[in-house]
Amino acid sequence: MNRLMPRLLMSPAVITLFLWMIVPLVMTLYFSTVRYNLMQPGDKDFIGLANFEFFVTDPDFSASVANTLLLLGSVIAITVVLGVALALLVNDPFPGRGIVRVLLISPFFVMPTANALLWKHMMMNPIYGILAQVWIFFGAQPVDWLTDHPLFSVILMVAWQWLPFACLIFITSLQSLDRDQMEAAGMDGANALQKFWFLTLPHLGRPIAVVVMIEMIFLMSVFAEIFTTTGGGPGNESTNVAFLIFKQALMNFDVGVASAGALFAVVLANIAAVFLIRMIGKNLD
Amino acid sequence: MHMKNMALIVRTVSAWLITLVVVFPLIWLVITAFKTEQQAIAVPPQLFFAPTMESFEEVNLRSDYLHFARNSVITSLVSTVLGLAIAAPAAYSMAFFRTRKTRDILMWMLSTKMMPAVGALVPVYVMAQTAGLLDSLTALIVVFTLSNLPIMVWMLYSGFKDIPGDILEAARMDGANVWGEFLHVIRPLAMGTLASTGLLCLVLAWNEAFWSLNLSSAKAGTLATLIASYSSPEGLFWAKLSAASLMAIAPIVVVGWFSQKQLVQGLTFGAVK
Amino acid sequence: MSFLQLNGVEKMFGNLRAIKGVNLSIEKGEFIVFVGPSGCGKSTLLRMIAGLTEIDGGSLQLDGRDITRLPSSKRDLAMVFQSYALYPHMSVFDNMSFALRLANVDKAVIQQKVQRAAEILNLTQYLQRTPKELSGGQRQRVAIGRAIVRAPKVFLFDEPLSNLDAALRGQTRVEIAKLHRDLGATTIYVTHDQVEAMTLADRVVVLRDGAIEQVGSPLDLYDRPANQFVAQFIGTPQMNVVDTAALPGLDAVVGAGQVPDGFIGVRPENVIVRPAGGGKIPGHVELIESLGADTLIYAQVGASDHGVQLVARQAERTGLRPGDAVGLDIMPASFHLFDRQGRTVGGAGAARAA
Repeated sequence: MNRLMPRLLMSPAVITLFLWMIVPLVMTLYFSTVRYNLMQPGDKDFIGLANFEFFVTDPDFSASVANTLLLLGSVIAITVVLGVALALLVNDPFPGRGIVRVLLISPFFVMPTANALLWKHMMMNPIYGILAQVWIFFGAQPVDWLTDHPLFSVILMVAWQWLPFACLIFITSLQSLDRDQMEAAGMDGANALQKFWFLTLPHLGRPIAVVVMIEMIFLMSVFAEIFTTTGGGPGNESTNVAFLIFKQALMNFDVGVASAGALFAVVLANIAAVFLIRMIGKNLD
Repeated sequence: MHMKNMALIVRTVSAWLITLVVVFPLIWLVITAFKTEQQAIAVPPQLFFAPTMESFEEVNLRSDYLHFARNSVITSLVSTVLGLAIAAPAAYSMAFFRTRKTRDILMWMLSTKMMPAVGALVPVYVMAQTAGLLDSLTALIVVFTLSNLPIMVWMLYSGFKDIPGDILEAARMDGANVWGEFLHVIRPLAMGTLASTGLLCLVLAWNEAFWSLNLSSAKAGTLATLIASYSSPEGLFWAKLSAASLMAIAPIVVVGWFSQKQLVQGLTFGAVK
Repeated sequence: MSFLQLNGVEKMFGNLRAIKGVNLSIEKGEFIVFVGPSGCGKSTLLRMIAGLTEIDGGSLQLDGRDITRLPSSKRDLAMVFQSYALYPHMSVFDNMSFALRLANVDKAVIQQKVQRAAEILNLTQYLQRTPKELSGGQRQRVAIGRAIVRAPKVFLFDEPLSNLDAALRGQTRVEIAKLHRDLGATTIYVTHDQVEAMTLADRVVVLRDGAIEQVGSPLDLYDRPANQFVAQFIGTPQMNVVDTAALPGLDAVVGAGQVPDGFIGVRPENVIVRPAGGGKIPGHVELIESLGADTLIYAQVGASDHGVQLVARQAERTGLRPGDAVGLDIMPASFHLFDRQGRTVGGAGAARAA
């Protein structure tokens, strides 16, 4: 019983996850080296690294990488900075704090497509949208966000959705901040800003790192928002790597090139994942 | 003290103001859902109006909303239950029958979640197409289950580990064998974890858009895909969009409120306490 | 063959020999206390008796039966955990009746037994509450009640009082002593607090580094410690132990030619403080602690740069002040002599070596 039971209990999970990891990976590796178009099924000729070359020399490629990095960097920056600020604001009790916190985390639970359309039509529409109304109120010309600033619009949507996540993490972390330490610092003559800089911020160092890494991993796959609003455009202005792969696979039906791109994305994600795993591992007894 | 009161007022007001600004889009969504189409596009936007359920009715009638809702419910529920059935034994084994490899296996499981979904898009699509499972609930359920499995294992493992070891020892002293320990101590105490893990994964599956958009359409589409179809406007439709969205997101947002703690635990893989 | 017998019991943690060949015989109805500093192995030994930690070597017999390899659930022992380990999802009644329910005991019998235990422990009004709703002291009583209800062969207590505040600790200590008197059950009690050991035990087992230093009744250990470790572990304030070379005038105290190379130990109550000029050991006062019923006088004797400190305890108040010169005396036949290894070689303690 001793040795067999645990193995039996674990096997369904281990086997399924193993298959889930290996099968797509092997297939992707295979596809990336052949010529395979879904519209022309037939012989899959081995073409070596040609797919990679094609993917990388695609004029959209460098744009998509730049966009991905820009998206990642901006959303992370916005969510971390605003997240810390908001968490600090709601950390100490005040009337209605419970409701405020519940409200603040709501955007995270809105499904991405609803999120995208909410912004596209309700907020960003240049005639009827709320932002347009606000612009008009201040006497300025409303902006056609999705057409003129597509990537920025996507960044805004995604940041809005992930801000609650960062905020919640920081709120949780702030709760374990040592009050005694704060008081001691106060008695040593520290003002609010110094307390923040020397005590609060270092304490938040770990959660910030975690938020950054988690967001790096999940934001790389931002797709639904782009699909539903800008379709990657105009041109390739709001195409990220994930959307580019999608375009190749399900719009150009070029499985080979898409697979090459997918491997590229996986490598990128692995880099972030390695760091995150190490950090989690440290926390795991 | 005067200073403290001032600070409290400032904090309260700013917190409320900022929150209202941040959450405004959602508030506006809720408001618009109860308007007629005319009211919805009125310029300047109306804050006060006579609420109506007209848009909700129209959404229900016109776009077989219920069909997609049913798909969402089925895929979320089944994938959650299936996931729990697979994850619970594994988590139990790792929590109570630890070996030297337990930690590594757990880390490996978590790492599978960190791969971008787009990396598996092509093979999964091709496999689904070959198996004739495109636009089928089965494909969605399988993919949702696999996507959430690492998180489930992780959260259940954490929950099981939280059961104090000495309570199990006390049960042993009281005469319980291994099965007795499980039945009388572990199962009742783990119920909470099972419920909250299930809840969180329900939320994640419900909101799943990437796979829904790519693997399904008219037949097996979930609410996520339905909403996406409102992307290209066909005439006046804002109130309906709001109504549809509200119906799609409301239950999950509420559930989400209750699973805050699990969210932190689950999505940061416990890296933040 | 005694009721509970440990024969050469061993425990290894990796390469560390945590329990080193422990031999112990416990009679039925005895209250045995395992005492010792942190890490001495007392809890480990208790857990080995309970069956929660495996016995690596030697054997364990209970009432004639070898239970060395028997699982905890079959040993007919009850344990009160330091953290109480109450089942959080069960009421007090269910907590206390759990073992009986597992044994499929008749419901009426369960009801009666639990009620009786609850009465003894003053828990009757809490029977329907859950552990969450109880105070620390109440939880502790439930833990004890859980053990009583089973009427096991031996009660095991693992530092049960350490999570209670001081007032409650003293109170509960008295209650435990009363319980033992009323129920007469064989009990093994682990603590690091020697006051609990002295007051509760029929016999005390002093442990250090996984081995028994001495076993005996509390007063036995107090009056006739087998070595310096036991001598200094039992008794508050600690026994004065001084290198014989550092204390002048010992010949007169101990007897000419009897002073060994080693240490001499004297309990504070056996150190007499006389005004300067009197007493065989000159010194001066360092510190006075007036506790009301007792007065402790800390005196520095011997060479002033590396002199030694002796603590004296007396019932009378004193007019002495720090800096005052005094002379100290040692009550005859009250000192203990230890060799360099700490073993008792003479003095009052040596009388036991028969």
